[in-house]
Amino acid sequence: MAGIILSSPHTIRPNRVDWLMLQVILALIPGILALIWYFGWGVAINLVLASLFAVLVEAAALKLRRRPPLTTLRDLSALVTAMLFAIAVPPTLPWWLTLMGMVFAIGVTKQLYGGLGYNPFNPAMAGYVFLLVSYPLAMTNWLPPHMLAEHSLGFLDSARLIFTGSPPHELGWDAISMATPLDEMRTQLAQNRMIEEIRASQLWGDFGGRGWEWVGNWFLLGGLFLLWRRVISWHIPVSMLLGLLLIAGFFWSLDPQTHPFPAFHMFSGGTILGAFFIATDPVTSCTTRKGQIIFGASIGVLIFVIRTWGGYPDAVAFAVLLMNIAAPTIDYYTQPRVFGHGKGSE
Amino acid sequence: MQEPQTTGIQRRLWSFHGGIHVPDEKALSTGRPVARAPLPSLLTIPLRQHIGEPARPIVRVGDWVLKGQKIAEPEGWVSTPIHASSSGTVVVIEDRPIPHPSALVAPCIVIRTNGLDEWAKLPKPLDNYRELDPALVRERIRWAGIVGLGGAAFPTSIKLDPGPRLPVRTLIVNGAECEPYISCDDMLMRECAGDIIRGASILMHLLHARECLIGIEDNKPVAIEAMRLAVAESDIKESTRVCTIPTLYPSGGEKQLIRILTGDEVPTSVIPAQIGILCQNVATLAAIAQAVLAGKPLISRYVTMSGRGLRAPRNFEVLIGTPIADLIRAAGGLAGDVRKLVLGGPMMGFTLDSDQVPITKAANCVLALSEEEAPDPGPALACIRCGKCAEVCPANLLPQQMYWYARSKDLEKVQDYNLFDCIECGCCAQVCPSHIPLVQYYRYAKTESWAREREKRAADRARARHEAKEARLARLEQERKDKLKRKKEALSKKPTAGKAGDGSGGTATTEDPKKAAIEAARKRAAAKKAALAEQGIGPKNVQGLTPSQQRQIDAAENRRQAPAAATTKGTGED
Repeated sequence: MAGIILSSPHTIRPNRVDWLMLQVILALIPGILALIWYFGWGVAINLVLASLFAVLVEAAALKLRRRPPLTTLRDLSALVTAMLFAIAVPPTLPWWLTLMGMVFAIGVTKQLYGGLGYNPFNPAMAGYVFLLVSYPLAMTNWLPPHMLAEHSLGFLDSARLIFTGSPPHELGWDAISMATPLDEMRTQLAQNRMIEEIRASQLWGDFGGRGWEWVGNWFLLGGLFLLWRRVISWHIPVSMLLGLLLIAGFFWSLDPQTHPFPAFHMFSGGTILGAFFIATDPVTSCTTRKGQIIFGASIGVLIFVIRTWGGYPDAVAFAVLLMNIAAPTIDYYTQPRVFGHGKGSE
Repeated sequence: MQEPQTTGIQRRLWSFHGGIHVPDEKALSTGRPVARAPLPSLLTIPLRQHIGEPARPIVRVGDWVLKGQKIAEPEGWVSTPIHASSSGTVVVIEDRPIPHPSALVAPCIVIRTNGLDEWAKLPKPLDNYRELDPALVRERIRWAGIVGLGGAAFPTSIKLDPGPRLPVRTLIVNGAECEPYISCDDMLMRECAGDIIRGASILMHLLHARECLIGIEDNKPVAIEAMRLAVAESDIKESTRVCTIPTLYPSGGEKQLIRILTGDEVPTSVIPAQIGILCQNVATLAAIAQAVLAGKPLISRYVTMSGRGLRAPRNFEVLIGTPIADLIRAAGGLAGDVRKLVLGGPMMGFTLDSDQVPITKAANCVLALSEEEAPDPGPALACIRCGKCAEVCPANLLPQQMYWYARSKDLEKVQDYNLFDCIECGCCAQVCPSHIPLVQYYRYAKTESWAREREKRAADRARARHEAKEARLARLEQERKDKLKRKKEALSKKPTAGKAGDGSGGTATTEDPKKAAIEAARKRAAAKKAALAEQGIGPKNVQGLTPSQQRQIDAAENRRQAPAAATTKGTGED
């Protein structure tokens, strides 16, 4: 008899890229449900639109690159990018901006660099930053969480807002939108108000903004699921959160009235999402253990620095992209000691 | 059963980076006792079953050979002899398919067995090996054709002689057998623990080792018990410990096992003897005991026949040269959907192109894997740099970086990432979510690097030869010029010298005695000729010539003179 020639190992391979990606998608679900709960249908519509655009852009790019689209689309990485993007953008974002974001994220950041595994930058964050820099107004039109909203938007209102750009009931943008807690904190601090005064408002919950902080908790749940499933390792999330907490704690201890409590940083904006879902993107992060800790901690510190002294209220995307550039160099200088090289551990 | 004393002391164990847990599948083949494989009608015995030079056949087609008779001699130092595994007739010596990843053919001696299994006269046992010169014992081990039976097949006698500068303190016996499915060492330890320990005892004596550590994974409790009993009954029980190590692939790798048992790391690119350690597989030790204490050469080995593609998986004692097809038949034949035949374990083995290849000394396991236990991994996807490979690498390498550079054929860079510390265990490929055949890339990069190295060395040699030739030609040219110059000088001096010392011939003879002798001979001949002519006794055929004849003779004489002068010149030159 004649067998087939295949290289070892000749076993069942337990891991698969699509299975890893699917677990990431599953882990996002609690946080997504929380987002929809607090911020309405716009989040869901954005998720569907972004996913659709991501698949279309990826298929088109693969066609142009003469690669079989189906094998690549099956890895689900485009969907993960789309979902992370849709979570990060405001629930009022016009559809065509979502499309542009996806073209930039998948078409430029990912496929132009050679597709999955070759992109130096996190596609979702690159798409987000591209829009934030080019369309700052549309990218900051956040809604208030439902318990703070005077006018809550139904499904049709949200759809109309996204597809036509006009707010419902002849309301102005000001009537329906609200600054994010990070933005609010920043504006108030700029007016030289004390943290105590600022936090007296009904906008605030225990740590961050009302509603907002709970979204973070649900993403944390998903993150713990990923840790448990060993889809990600603890190094990047833990070092990133620690880095952020330590520097925020340091400045808070210097002056608690001009620097918010460290937990505020943790449960505001994209910190938790960033720590477990974005900074951990294997393609664009460090791969050595030591490197991952440096990478994570640096993102944490950068988040604080940009939030406190930078030009934008949130900083996860910028911090991640900045460290994406540094990742290969960090990897190079943090290679582990190879067995039999240098002194033995005994 | 009384617990032997040695089991009381559990040494500290160390760990190595990475490693993976894979279903061990040992129970498939350990359920049935070891059977003797049926005697095949044809034995195909490859001349190279070891690392090093192929052996040179010392039998001819038609020769009658006996079981255990040497049929091929080692060629060079790193080589081993080959023995007939059974009695019969040599029918052909030719290239036959051998078990090889690339399905190569290589020279084999084919023996038609006569069914009598008649033994040749064997050398007498060296029961008194303790009183003998260790070199004699090593010579016996070399004679027996013993190679490392764990898979590497390096000639054992060479490994046993690391030289006086590398004293061996610890003998490590490798009974880890960490690869899934394989159970031949397990069964050997269960059934021949005594032989293994006697082999260890011989090596302890040969090497003057102080301690012997036997490493066995904890998924083989029966073997551990058998080995402990055998140690307790042996003459090395004071210095030997059976160590139960956690089941973790690849703890049976030489360097990994040494690390687990001693905490020492074998430095890169040196042999363990450099740190006073020698590692031997259990089957090798049993073969050594057979050779030294029974005078038997290595002509059979335990082979695991396993996988869900076989009806009755089990272990066999197999004569070297038995076709794998015969073993498959002995193991109940193939059951339904066999996806592939693998020689070796599922982690490091290679697929066999055909079942017509023979079992060699290095072959420890044949797997017939079904579709569900070895499914097609599908097309390799892009590396997502997840780093799972680095997590499990027992050498603590960065497999994805190596893959990256191997793929782009940047051989220097891939060596910078310590390609040659890769033991090809397959852990990285096993956990890779993109199903990239990583090990294949490393093998490619290694062979390519070796090829380049060889080419470079060949080029260096060629350049060196060319330069040497140029230098030699230049030197010869220079010498010729010098000589010419000297001769010219001598010639320009000669007239004066000739005048000054005429008759004495002093200067001329010192200058060129040969020439002087020729000159003298010529003068003598001329004088004689003249004397004869005076007496009228010239050469008869030159008498009474016509003028035209005389002219012809003169012309011939002139022609003869000219080359003679040239020759004289030539001789002077050389």
